[in-house]
Amino acid sequence: MAESRVPHSNLPPPASTVGVVGWLRRNLFSSPLNVILTLLAVYLLFVALPPLLRWAFLDASWDGDNRDACRPGGACWVFIRVHFDQFMYGFYPDGQRWRVNAAVLLLILGAAPLFVRAVSSKFKIRLGLGLLIAYPLIAFILLKGGMTGLPVVDTSQWGGLLLTLVIAGVGMTAALPLGVLLALGRRSRLPAIQTLCVTFIELWRGVPLITVLFMSSVMLPLFLPAGMNFDKLLRALIGVTLFQAAYMAEVVRGGLQAIPKGQFEAAAALGLGYWKTMGLIVLPQALKLVIPGIVNTFIALFKDTSLVLIIGLFDLMNIVHNATTNPAWLGFSTEGYIFAAVVYWLFCFGMSRYSQNLEKHLHTGHKR
Amino acid sequence: MTEPAVSPTLKPLSDHVMILIEAVHKWYGVFHVLKDINLTVRKGERIVVCGPSGSGKSTTIRCINRLEEYQRGRIVVDGQELSNDVKQIERIRREVGMVFQHFNLFPHLTVLENCTLGPVWVRKLPRRQAEEIAMRYLERVRIPEQAGKYPGQLSGGQQQRVAIARSLCMNPKIMLFDEPTSALDPEMIKEVLDTMVALAEDGMTMICVTHEMGFAKTVAHRVIFMDGGEIIEEKPPEEFFTHPESDRTRLFLSQILHH
Repeated sequence: MAESRVPHSNLPPPASTVGVVGWLRRNLFSSPLNVILTLLAVYLLFVALPPLLRWAFLDASWDGDNRDACRPGGACWVFIRVHFDQFMYGFYPDGQRWRVNAAVLLLILGAAPLFVRAVSSKFKIRLGLGLLIAYPLIAFILLKGGMTGLPVVDTSQWGGLLLTLVIAGVGMTAALPLGVLLALGRRSRLPAIQTLCVTFIELWRGVPLITVLFMSSVMLPLFLPAGMNFDKLLRALIGVTLFQAAYMAEVVRGGLQAIPKGQFEAAAALGLGYWKTMGLIVLPQALKLVIPGIVNTFIALFKDTSLVLIIGLFDLMNIVHNATTNPAWLGFSTEGYIFAAVVYWLFCFGMSRYSQNLEKHLHTGHKR
Repeated sequence: MTEPAVSPTLKPLSDHVMILIEAVHKWYGVFHVLKDINLTVRKGERIVVCGPSGSGKSTTIRCINRLEEYQRGRIVVDGQELSNDVKQIERIRREVGMVFQHFNLFPHLTVLENCTLGPVWVRKLPRRQAEEIAMRYLERVRIPEQAGKYPGQLSGGQQQRVAIARSLCMNPKIMLFDEPTSALDPEMIKEVLDTMVALAEDGMTMICVTHEMGFAKTVAHRVIFMDGGEIIEEKPPEEFFTHPESDRTRLFLSQILHH
């Protein structure tokens, strides 16, 4: 009892478990099988990487304005350079392209405060809602024209990345709230609303997007009175939005189901009604839980926009494909598709990183 | 069993009936969970409800703010009868605070935001005023310094005290406690019970489902024993503990007092 005990001093951990050596042992050489796989991967990289780098960078041609500038053996990025504006704006008239730039710039400037931590959340909510209502209107007036003295640019002339962003942007901003409403409706106690939502979701989820787009462009006009015609882009937008809203609804429902009953009871005990309970207590938690699923759907939506090529809209994918069939530039499809892939990847990877950041920022759990 | 530090004085009660439960029956499917429950609670009265698990004690108090529906009988809270009218239910819930076994704090909001949510969104108070009220009650449960933290960062006892403060911020006429200390580690039970005793001293009308018999002895005007969905016995604590009438009560008391 009386013997005094000297506390054991802290010893450094064995050198093989920390630092670079520790990392290598843990991640690359932790078992005989992993040693073999690591060595195999290194060998494959050694074989594949140098030729690829040589083709894409070292032997590639960068300058020039026609195909004579292309040297054999390497990639010819001149193809992209020449078509770049077309890839960005589609058939948007040359002199009017500043309007697209202005619309994009406006969005970036308007939305920038939303991504700054220091800005108060109250201001962010107001700005966000304001943007949600005002921006589509402003952007539409800018892009389509016809008002305020701007010449009309028909939506059939919109194309390239512009069109991809318009479809993806409208699809995302409309599908999320619609999906939330559908998810709430599916869990509603009112049988009529529930049946309606279940039917909607299962119907739209059960058909391929291509079918939806075909229906909207080929079959819908058959049902409309003769002479009545509405915009092909608008029809595609509605199709994409409703389709993705059905998926979004199921993602959100997953989150709603994860909220414990006690949260609903605590909200009810305070006297909060249905919409306040949902808006203040349940949805903030549920949506946070399903950020990975929401972003997954967004990324799928972004890439699915390329399907509009089957109804004759020239989004980024279709316009690149179109350029590769240009008789003056035959034989450069590899460069074209790589370019398209890189652009898609940049946007999707950006969304993915942002969502991870958001998840970390919103985590209020056990951060002791 | 933890004995609360101080004992509140038993003031004479007013005749004002706060809660009236009349011949309430409830079924879960074919299972008859509440059988002819009758209870009158006057203003300032403190009732402790005890009984074995599954005896219907939680279900009974959850009927008072309509977290549970019942199929027969009626419940009147401060002169307003519970009906199927959602607005009426919400009106009654505003006046009835509830503390749950598992706290049920809102994990995405800070302690302060948990406390101001009701006053701001239900009572429509200006945020500034709601925050003042919230800080006053957080001081009363002795955790004002935790106002900026999230519930996940607090201990169980602290979370339950926040839950009490959150209910009090609505300035309720009645407080319902549904086994408030059952999910707590032993060393945290006292801090929660002390908070509840202090509340009792202020004359709050309380119904508390608990097995803390020390709390019942010091605070309750009446102890109610339930078993099998019925009220078996209803007595002032001194009589309840010394002269229980029914065998079931005696069995129950022997089980929980001598473990």
